[in-house]
Amino acid sequence: MNPEVSGVDTVIDTVSAVFMVVGALMSLGAAVGLLRFPDLMSRMHAATKPQVLGLFLLLAAVGLQLRTWWVWPVLFVAWIFQLLTVPVSAHMVGRAGYRTKHLHRELLTTDELEAVVQKAADKRDADDDEASGPA
Amino acid sequence: MSRRRISLRQELPLLVWLVFVWAALWQDFSPGNLLFGALIAVVVARLFYLPPVELGGRFSVVRAVPFAIVFLGKVVAASFQVLYLAVARGPKVSNAVVAVQLRSHSDLMVTATGHVISLIPGSLVVEVDRSTSTLYIHGLNVRNGEDVMSLRKEVRDTEAGLIRIMGTKEELAELKQEVAS
Amino acid sequence: MMEIVLTVTAVILSLAAAGAIVRIAIGPSLLDRVLASDVLLAIIGATLCIDMAVNRHLNNLMLLVALSIIGFIGSVTVARFVADRREQPNES
Repeated sequence: MNPEVSGVDTVIDTVSAVFMVVGALMSLGAAVGLLRFPDLMSRMHAATKPQVLGLFLLLAAVGLQLRTWWVWPVLFVAWIFQLLTVPVSAHMVGRAGYRTKHLHRELLTTDELEAVVQKAADKRDADDDEASGPA
Repeated sequence: MSRRRISLRQELPLLVWLVFVWAALWQDFSPGNLLFGALIAVVVARLFYLPPVELGGRFSVVRAVPFAIVFLGKVVAASFQVLYLAVARGPKVSNAVVAVQLRSHSDLMVTATGHVISLIPGSLVVEVDRSTSTLYIHGLNVRNGEDVMSLRKEVRDTEAGLIRIMGTKEELAELKQEVAS
Repeated sequence: MMEIVLTVTAVILSLAAAGAIVRIAIGPSLLDRVLASDVLLAIIGATLCIDMAVNRHLNNLMLLVALSIIGFIGSVTVARFVADRREQPNES
C-alpha cells in the first residue's frame, strides 16, 4: 500500500469511529428494548432487528480500519449469513411465542390471525375426536 | 437417484455463490484459486444436491441496486424508530397482527418477501399460509386502522419491488396491469 | 482517538450486556431467556468486531461467523422444542 495522506486517514478514522459508536448503540437499544417492552413479541422486534444494522456498521468499521480491499468480500459474506439467519430464528421464536400465548392480547389493536388459528385448532380437535372414536 | 436433473443454467447462481464464498474465505481471488473453487462447487452441487430453487429466469440488476439502497435506508430509519420507541414509549406500545395477501404464489417470492419484511425492524412474519400465500405479520406500534393499512401497503410494495427484480414474466405482466388500472 | 472510542463502546456494550443478563434472570418464560441470550451473543459479536477494528486484525472473523451460526441453531432448536411440547393439551 502506498503511504496515505494524513487528511484522508483522519476522515476514515472518524467515519469508522462513528460507525463503531452507533453500532454499539444498536446493541444498547436492543437491551433497553428487552427491558422495557411489555411482551415477548415486541421484545423480539427490539432484540433481533437493530443487530442487523449494528453488525453492518461494525463490519464496515473493520473494513475501513484494515484498509485493504480483500477483506470486504469476507465481511460481506459474514453479513449475508446474518441476513439469512436472523429472520428465520426470529420467525421461529415468534411463531412459538404466538402459539404458546406469550403475547398480551390487550396490547394488540388488530389480530387477524387469531380466528384462523382458532379454526385450525377446532378442526384438529374434531379430527382427534373422530380418530379416537366413540370411547 | 431418480430426481430430475436441473440444467446448468439454473444451477449457475448457486455455483457462483459457492465460488464467491470459497474465495472470500481464503481471501484470495487469484485465477487458480477461483478455478479450484469452481471444481469443488460443482462436485458439492452434484454430490449433495438439494431441491432446486425455481428462479423466474430473469434478474434485473438495474432494479436491484435501487431496491437494495431503499432497503438499507428503511433498515436504518426503522432501527432508529425502534430505538426511539424502546426509550420513549416502552411499556405502552401497542401492536397488531395483520394478514397480508400476496400476489405471487411461488415459494421463492413468498420467502423473499417474508425475509425482507422481517429484516426491516418493526415488522415480523409470525405465520405463513402457503396455500393462499398469505403472510401474517406482527407489527410494532400499530395503533389504528390507518397504521394497519400503511403496513399492508408497505408489504405489498416490497413484493412489487421483488417481482420487478426477479419475478416471472407472468407475474410482471399482472403487476403492470394492476398498476395501470 | 481510538482509545476514546474503545472506552465509549466498552461502556455502552457493558450496559447492554448487563441489560440482557437482567432479562435472562427475570425473564418470565423460556422464550424470553432465549431471546435475551441471543442478544447477549450478538453483544459478544459486537465486541469481537470492535476489537478487530481497533487492533486492525482479522483473527476473530471466523469466530464471529461461528457465533452467529450457534445463535441461530440454538434459538431455532429451543423454539421448536417449546412449540412441540406445548402442543400437548393440559399443559400451559
